[in-house]
Amino acid sequence: MDYVSNTEQERQQMLKEIGVEAIEDIFDSIPDEVRLNRELDVSEGMSELELKRHINKIADKNISLENYTSFLGGGAYDHYVPSIIDHLISRQEFYTAYTPYQAELSQGTLQVVYEYQSMISELTGMDVANASLLDGGSATAEAILMASRISRNKKVLISSALHPSYREVAKTYGKPKDLDFVEISIEDGVTNLEELEDNLDNDVAAIVVQYPNFYGSIENMEKIKQLKEEYKKALLIVVANPIALGLLTPPKEFGADIVTGEGQSLGNTINYGGPYLGYLACINDRKFIRQLPGRIAGATVDADGNRGYVLTLQTREQHIRREKATSNMCTNEALNAAISTIYMATMGKKGMKEVAEQSYKKAHYLADKIDELEDFEVVNSDNFFHEFWITTKLAAKKVLSNLKEEKILGGIDISRFEEEEGILISVTEKRTKEELDNLVRLLEAM
Amino acid sequence: MAEKLIIDYSSSGRKGYSLPPLDVPDINIEDNVESKYVRKDLNFPEVSEVDVVRHYTALSELNYGVDSGIYPLGSCTMKYNPKRNEDIARIEKLTQIHPYQSDDDVQGSLQILHELKTDLAEISGMDEMTLQPASGAHGEFTGLLIIRKYFEDKGIEKTKVIVPDSAHGTNPASAVMAGFDIVEIDSNEHGMVDLEKLKEAVDDDVAALMLTNPNTLGIFEKDIKEIADIIHDVGGLLYYDGANLNAVMGYARPGDMDFDVLHLNLHKTFSTPHGGGGPGSGTVGVKEFLKPYLPRPLLVKEEDKYYWEYDKPKSIGKVHGFYGNYGVLIRAYSYIKTLGYKGLKKTTENAVLNANYMKAKLKEDFVLPYEENSLHEFVLSGIKQKEKGVSTLNIAKRLLDYGQYAPTIYFPLVVKEAMMIEPTETENIETLNKFIDTLKIISKEIDDNPEIVQNAPHNTSVRKLDEAKAAREPDLKW
Repeated sequence: MDYVSNTEQERQQMLKEIGVEAIEDIFDSIPDEVRLNRELDVSEGMSELELKRHINKIADKNISLENYTSFLGGGAYDHYVPSIIDHLISRQEFYTAYTPYQAELSQGTLQVVYEYQSMISELTGMDVANASLLDGGSATAEAILMASRISRNKKVLISSALHPSYREVAKTYGKPKDLDFVEISIEDGVTNLEELEDNLDNDVAAIVVQYPNFYGSIENMEKIKQLKEEYKKALLIVVANPIALGLLTPPKEFGADIVTGEGQSLGNTINYGGPYLGYLACINDRKFIRQLPGRIAGATVDADGNRGYVLTLQTREQHIRREKATSNMCTNEALNAAISTIYMATMGKKGMKEVAEQSYKKAHYLADKIDELEDFEVVNSDNFFHEFWITTKLAAKKVLSNLKEEKILGGIDISRFEEEEGILISVTEKRTKEELDNLVRLLEAM
Repeated sequence: MAEKLIIDYSSSGRKGYSLPPLDVPDINIEDNVESKYVRKDLNFPEVSEVDVVRHYTALSELNYGVDSGIYPLGSCTMKYNPKRNEDIARIEKLTQIHPYQSDDDVQGSLQILHELKTDLAEISGMDEMTLQPASGAHGEFTGLLIIRKYFEDKGIEKTKVIVPDSAHGTNPASAVMAGFDIVEIDSNEHGMVDLEKLKEAVDDDVAALMLTNPNTLGIFEKDIKEIADIIHDVGGLLYYDGANLNAVMGYARPGDMDFDVLHLNLHKTFSTPHGGGGPGSGTVGVKEFLKPYLPRPLLVKEEDKYYWEYDKPKSIGKVHGFYGNYGVLIRAYSYIKTLGYKGLKKTTENAVLNANYMKAKLKEDFVLPYEENSLHEFVLSGIKQKEKGVSTLNIAKRLLDYGQYAPTIYFPLVVKEAMMIEPTETENIETLNKFIDTLKIISKEIDDNPEIVQNAPHNTSVRKLDEAKAAREPDLKW
């Protein structure tokens, strides 16, 4: 099976127009020495029926969240996704379109981006948002590079309570620019602010904290704001879970210069880690806007004075500035940004709050119950959002494998990141009281 | 025609969602969280489900997708996006899995990813692949970091990356992000790498040459072996930008052209949809000697088990929070399995046939700056029309009036008033003829009534938009 329409007869007609005998003649420009003189070692093509049978059989080897109750989080959250989202983004006009190079024929995509930027700005409290970056990890890295360009400093104070993978991605990105990462340790699940203070000086490019942090805790943002204000050059980058911002005070109010993070929780399916989207927003300052990575949509007028949208401030970008661009960003996560836009519109003012509050209340209900158990302790019992860190006298691996036998994915074994021990448990509005009670009962019986 | 903003549909008290009532004992959040951390207000829309559906449907109607018609953007490879791939990427057993489930839980998905990377390695002639990069530019950056790490590991200092003047803008941008200085070299009169200039440009500081082959003019760099020797002789490496792999599948492989590192744009050659700008995937392939430097984790197969290998001390580290754009990878897998080796080769054949047919039909009306054989795309110049006061931008906008998307314009930079046309294999002869005829009509309009082209577009939902105003007075949110 293939997707070529032209028949052999039509191909012959086309060859005649071109003025060659055979298609092979056109490929003459490929020299013999680099020709592949055999068929590719790839299997035979399949019909649609065969393909679906083949893939379904492989997919059956997966354990999926359809049949298991999941308490897994760590940057990928199992929130409820309204049905209309997939229907709307499955309109071909959205998903089969290209980057809106010809604005007049791409007003749909461009207005969606504008609405996305508006709602991300509102949610974070910031003034300007870009059209999306690749994911939470790379967006964090881009934010740090941006802060380094603005402050002209290289030292980055990065909280150890920032997602371990984001820290690793940030270091990968920062290495060629000789960024000097200083990891600030954690105490009781939050960033050690004394240590942060000790490391602050006028050479600092950025302070990077997560809100809520990797362990689910709400950092002392008030204190962080104070520290930052003493050192004017240091920018504050807050990596925030947008769902939590339905309940929590926007980072701007705590002095954030750049807010970034993973947008998956806004209506994107769990999908084994991708495609997700990185979001990035900053304050309204020309120095900042000029250093933003990625695409930005803006409103303007057409030749008749009517409102319309275009990609704008493009002199920052690779296709114009090449080696002087702020980033190499080209393809972004536009369709995922569309998903998040439709999610934010659908949930709206009340829904954003309700999702956050239900997640909070259910998570705290569960944590309180677990904390009462003999063999388990909640490390950050009083200041978390919807994810918490437990330690246990039993082996975490064993606890999780026992739960799996009961069709429960009980959380993340934190030791996989080789820094701390315990289990990270995430609770969304999708979990029921029955599921929470069942988890407690099983833990108690261990 | 204009559609108002979703916030302007807001009516206090309207709701577009429903959740089950809270089933755990209610608590007062203000008792638990200090009030300074509790959000006071969120100015989001209050709209019904129908409001949302109508609004975004209306917006979609202002868009143009590849299902609407031809999308001849050169270098972008806007081919048909098969519907079955969409269905397969939505199989719940494949989508409802969490990135932190154990490898044992997700053997099905890991098998698919492993088979995909094995096929991509075979198609491109490389030894190992990482699926982590989420876009072409991300792939370039990853590939260049691998090169950087390799030299660092060998204790060799290399500072420069060479890019031809016809290269994609991402090439120099990615190289700078990876910490290199850029040396740009001019193309020769045939639109290819100028060997003499390349020889002058190379020295011991050169870490890599980045090349697209066929290049952005659609011309195959026939001296590729010699180019490779020139770079390898100074200890540099050869990087392949895979944006144009669809021109050579089954005919030639970058690995056999002596490229050391490459990225493949699965959203181009392997038909995954562009989504209005993303998501994409920029899988990176390397030759055996570069394997230790690939991002971690690396997907490994041992007997019949698949797992992620994290213990890679020489790895450049992670470039993505998880494993890459998995949903895009599933679609590419579905595409390759559908086509098989015969279908892949036929795809390339017809992409080249379609492009050459259009070139033959259009070279009389526009200037063809390079006579060389081209493969899957070609570049015309609008200089003749420009002399009559009509720019390539005007022509592009006029095409929109006829309900067709425009080619890539003003790129590559080596051609004045460039129009870079790539029809792809999925267009049939009638569609090609219609596009050809439209360009001929516009060409005639330029002679008879240039104003109608200069003032285009006339029939789109908005007329020509003021980009200067957008940049001068940024209006970036409501």
